[in-house]
Amino acid sequence: MIIFLPLVAGLILAVLPRLSDRIARWAWVAVTAVDLALIVGLWLRYDTPAPGGLAFEEQAAWIPGVNSSYHLGVDGLSLPLVAMTAVIFLACAVYALRNRHRPRGQAALFLFLQSVSLGLFIAADLILFFVFFDLSIVGMYFVIAGWGHGDPGRSAMKFFLYTFLGSLALLVGFIGLYVAADPHTFDMPALAAATPLAGRPLAGGLVLAAILIGLAVKTPTVPFHTWLPPAHTDAPAVGSAVLAGVLLKMGTYGFVRIAMPMLPQSWRAWAWVIILVGVVSVLYGALVALAQTNIKRMIAYTSVNHMGYIVLAVGVAGLVATDTAQARTIAVTGAVTQMVSHGLITAALFLLTGVLRDRAASYDMREYGGLAATAPSFAALFAVGAFASLGLPAFTGFIAEFQIFTGSVAAAPATAVAILGILITAALFLRALQRVFTGDTQGHSVGFTDLHPAEVWSVGPLLLLSLLLGVLPRPLLDVIEPAAASVVDLVGR
Amino acid sequence: MMRPLLLLPEMLLVVGALTALLGGSFVPRHQQWMIRVLTAGVLLAVIVTAAIGMAGPARTAFDDSYTVDTATGVARILASAATLLVLMLAADEIAGTARESETCALLLFGAAGTVLLAGADDLLVLAAGFLLATIPLYGLIGLVFTARGAEAAMKTYLMGALFGILLLTGVTIMSGLTGSTGYAELTNALVDVPPAAVTGAAVALVAGLMFKAGGVPGHFWVPDAAQGGNATAATFLTTVPKIGAMVAVYRLVGILPDAVPWPALIATVAVASMTLGNLAAYWQADPRRLLGWSTVSQVGFVLVPVVVAGNSDLALPSLLVYLTAYTATNIAAFAVTAALPERRDLGDYQGMAMQRPWLAAALVVALLGLVGTPPTGVFVGKLTTATAAWDGGHGWLAVVVFINTLLSLFYYLRWIVPTYRQPPRDVSAQGETRSRRQWAPLTAVTAAALSLAAGLAGGVVWTVVSGP
Repeated sequence: MIIFLPLVAGLILAVLPRLSDRIARWAWVAVTAVDLALIVGLWLRYDTPAPGGLAFEEQAAWIPGVNSSYHLGVDGLSLPLVAMTAVIFLACAVYALRNRHRPRGQAALFLFLQSVSLGLFIAADLILFFVFFDLSIVGMYFVIAGWGHGDPGRSAMKFFLYTFLGSLALLVGFIGLYVAADPHTFDMPALAAATPLAGRPLAGGLVLAAILIGLAVKTPTVPFHTWLPPAHTDAPAVGSAVLAGVLLKMGTYGFVRIAMPMLPQSWRAWAWVIILVGVVSVLYGALVALAQTNIKRMIAYTSVNHMGYIVLAVGVAGLVATDTAQARTIAVTGAVTQMVSHGLITAALFLLTGVLRDRAASYDMREYGGLAATAPSFAALFAVGAFASLGLPAFTGFIAEFQIFTGSVAAAPATAVAILGILITAALFLRALQRVFTGDTQGHSVGFTDLHPAEVWSVGPLLLLSLLLGVLPRPLLDVIEPAAASVVDLVGR
Repeated sequence: MMRPLLLLPEMLLVVGALTALLGGSFVPRHQQWMIRVLTAGVLLAVIVTAAIGMAGPARTAFDDSYTVDTATGVARILASAATLLVLMLAADEIAGTARESETCALLLFGAAGTVLLAGADDLLVLAAGFLLATIPLYGLIGLVFTARGAEAAMKTYLMGALFGILLLTGVTIMSGLTGSTGYAELTNALVDVPPAAVTGAAVALVAGLMFKAGGVPGHFWVPDAAQGGNATAATFLTTVPKIGAMVAVYRLVGILPDAVPWPALIATVAVASMTLGNLAAYWQADPRRLLGWSTVSQVGFVLVPVVVAGNSDLALPSLLVYLTAYTATNIAAFAVTAALPERRDLGDYQGMAMQRPWLAAALVVALLGLVGTPPTGVFVGKLTTATAAWDGGHGWLAVVVFINTLLSLFYYLRWIVPTYRQPPRDVSAQGETRSRRQWAPLTAVTAAALSLAAGLAGGVVWTVVSGP
């Protein structure tokens, strides 16, 4: 119901002839709001399921010949992401109230994307997961190609080809799991319980490699990140927000949902490689972001950096030793918290850069200066977003990164080098703030219109939520912690 | 046992074709639509009788020379349904022309031939089916009197003659070695025969069938025919003959003894087809020629489960699922080109989405479907064929399938991208689209919807093709 409400609404919007643009925009907001309300209701009725189990489970036969079924359910890993997805899509819908460029098509496409994203996070069948994974790529391709600017065709194509390659690698891995399982099945809980390929290190390693490549492209981690900056730079603001906020999480979610529980032995064997990729992503993302003058590109690279923390944390979870179970649980909890946190904050930042594009058609930081004088509320919100993103205490980013490092350093002290990433991120955000907002009002800053209500009401709640969960993290952590503990248990088998 | 009634669908097709041919001579030109209605009726009757036939157990007719089992039943239904869609699409092109009833007759003969190929359980029946399926194609391609059409017909004819002789050579060697042509006796007799001779005959037979399917090495005529023939011929010959030829290849490898390295042979053909088709399609500017090459690569994908025939329970169902999905998807793609006959260059599709949103949606579903994007039917097909290959011990083949899928994405995107661009400024130049074709867009949307349905209801399709 939650998944298909946006889809059906999107189809209706797309098919109904001569619908006014105004109605389309408001219908989009209404549908996303209803969907969010449904998910909040779901959260209130949520009880932590038994380890390895799912809440609100539903199952219907789909392709019985290969034991693939329409199997849905949520647990502590997916529920926060589902809620975050709904929040981000609602923010995008509000933000897009000012859009004048084919709003009906955009609303339909985003509702489709929302269905797909929600479906991915609650899928409990590998093929269902893959279907949603692939459809998200198709949907995002049309968003970038249809509503982007700059050179959208080329960026969209690069995005499509790269992530499609990833998805095919993922599918190869899934088929490998299916063939190895006895009886053959694509069902996630069944596979997690059976751990096929245990005791076959070579085959397990190859299958894990295929799945990791697929997820790493989507996440993205170094060295598979090159599609991200052009895709973000040329995507519309709402597209970037969804891409960074929701679609990137599909990769990291795959790590904790698929790779870790189903291939624990290979995961442990390759844990150091994963940690290394994570650390390199953290440092490389931060350093490259530091060198950018295009503010949207800079935020895109900080995404690589933030995703690197998650990869680092899940990698650490594979370093099994008897006395570090506690630390590893903290790291995984931090990783899931980081997914939510990064989604909220980065979506807000991308929506804000969309304002720059809207007013002055430029992302170049050198062309601005003293913007705080002409656009105070824009400056205030951007500063809040930047501080949240660099991990200032009182925001979710701090909780997440603190947990990741507490867990990681306790389990593997060498990972402390990644803390440098936080330092660099802090430097680059402060520098960006200084360049754009302080000093003499010059360049495009002259005559810059401050935020419209639709922009305040889309970005504000995202940052507010990040602040709220940063101050009172318990409701979120209470959901995540049991699930993180069970993942760590599963990897420890 | 004779059991002639088992062959009721085939008889209906042939009698229908003859009636269309003869009836067309006596009906005035402005009333030839009656022949089309008759043809559609025959095809519907075939679908119904074939569906009834599938409910029964597998049986053979005419002294074990013809098998009626699930595969034959599926081939009958698919071939008739595909021909029905082609007929629908053809309405724009042939209504009121001098070749209306002839086209109907040729379509029915071609469908009969492909069904005969699918059910053949005897090398001689196979040869007869091959000829019956091939000869109508020459006529269909030659229906347009253009230089390209003539060249395509000529090329197809020469290739057909060459590969027909190869196939007959294979039949001769097999029967010469064993003294029989029935598959049941051949299975037993071939074990005691030198493997080298059997391999040679098998290569000739497979090559002949590959001509029919449009795969390597018998693929040269496909792009030319897809480009040179009219839309009716292009759609029909890239879709329907494959159904019969693929099922025939599947049955054929079943009789080969283990000493013959047929899995390697089929795997080579499959990999060569998909790779060559993809690489060649990349450079095409004419959408129909591009689709022609894409069908060559699709043959490679369909051959994958044949490699593991007998090794995996998934082989035959996945083959049939793929064929079902491919049939709907390919017809949808060709129907789009049929709906816009004046756009013969990928660049001409620029802005098509603005002018014809439904047609553009059908095109996207069809092209992404051919890539194998979920949730279209071909995705289920690709998934199950790759799974079957891995399950049968050919994991590398599954990887090759996915690498080729990625390759294919490049050229399908080359077509989708301009479709969703802003239309060019001189919209008046596109004014001729106002003289709308009615049936082809309808066919495109119907087939695209069927392709989606085949994916979403993948379980139902799977159950049907898995047989009782």
